[in-house]
Amino acid sequence: MEGSIVDALKYVGAGLAAIGMIGAGIGVGNVWSSYISALARNPASKDEIGANIWIGFAVTEAIALFALIVALIALFS
Amino acid sequence: MDSETEQETEAGHGASEAPLEEGTASDIAADAIAGEDAALHALADEHHAEAHGPLEQFEIKPLIDINVGGIDLSFTNSALWMAIAVGVVSLLFIAATRTQRLVPNRLQSLAEMLYGVVASMVRDNVGHEGRRYFPFIFTLFLFVLFGNLLGLIPYSFTYTSHIAVTFAMAIFIFIGVTIIGIARHGVHFGRLFFPEGAPLWTAVILIPIELVSYLSRPISLSVRLFANMTVGHVLLKVIAGFVIGLGAFAVVPGVIPFAALVAITLLELLVAVIQAYVFAILACIYLHDAIHLH
Repeated sequence: MEGSIVDALKYVGAGLAAIGMIGAGIGVGNVWSSYISALARNPASKDEIGANIWIGFAVTEAIALFALIVALIALFS
Repeated sequence: MDSETEQETEAGHGASEAPLEEGTASDIAADAIAGEDAALHALADEHHAEAHGPLEQFEIKPLIDINVGGIDLSFTNSALWMAIAVGVVSLLFIAATRTQRLVPNRLQSLAEMLYGVVASMVRDNVGHEGRRYFPFIFTLFLFVLFGNLLGLIPYSFTYTSHIAVTFAMAIFIFIGVTIIGIARHGVHFGRLFFPEGAPLWTAVILIPIELVSYLSRPISLSVRLFANMTVGHVLLKVIAGFVIGLGAFAVVPGVIPFAALVAITLLELLVAVIQAYVFAILACIYLHDAIHLH
């Protein structure tokens, strides 16, 4: 009986952990929207910004993955 | 359990036959137990597959058992794929640079492109002093890139999806960069944690923050790569499960997740390249911090 409650709470915990991805979603959206508006203002800067945008994207995306890892650990351990 | 069943079976036979029949009796007993075990295993496997289905692909299986002084040094499938990645990279560059042409052919221009990407990355992010670290960054980039790409081949193994592998690389970068920084600047390396020109009272806030952000570098560097690869492969497996579940050859439902699977495979291809690039570029940035101190 106790085990089944723990099992149920695992899913609740995984769901709660996934909330962290909201922030990463907003962040990644911000990264790309800034990239596009920067390109619209100064199309010549494409090469300069192009390399750095991936760093910003990866660093922000990592937050979503941390949340996902917590969710997976909650589910599968 | 074993002895009980044996005794029961023995009791069924005559006392005089018992020594002769002992082998058969224990065989029957063993069979009965094995059958029961098999049923239990099947049940456990079913449960196992249900609970761990998408994560089974990350299992490390020893191929050649090597045990040195109680330390398990087995040649695993992870090690095999690392060796394959190194072999593929070596073969690619040996083949590409064997005949050096002024107008490169396809293979040579691929090698030149990879070289050019990493060379400009090191030049832009580390600066002129970064040239001597170029071989390290180039090796790191290719090792991660081919690990990610070879991992996308079905039934292969992605060694970058294991935190043991990525953290080992990250901690070596971290320790190496710290040693370079200290060797170059000595005590002045501490300026990394307290930039010049900041008011003295901000040290109370700045130093702990900078210290924590510095020490968390190997963790964020390794977890980023590991998490991206793990999550990508889990996603592929889950969607592939939908394809099988809906019927791979049923025209109406099965093709929808299959189309999604193709799209996600392409996305994973992009992610594999981006993560290798980001891993290398962050190593460059850490190197830049150690050499130039902000």
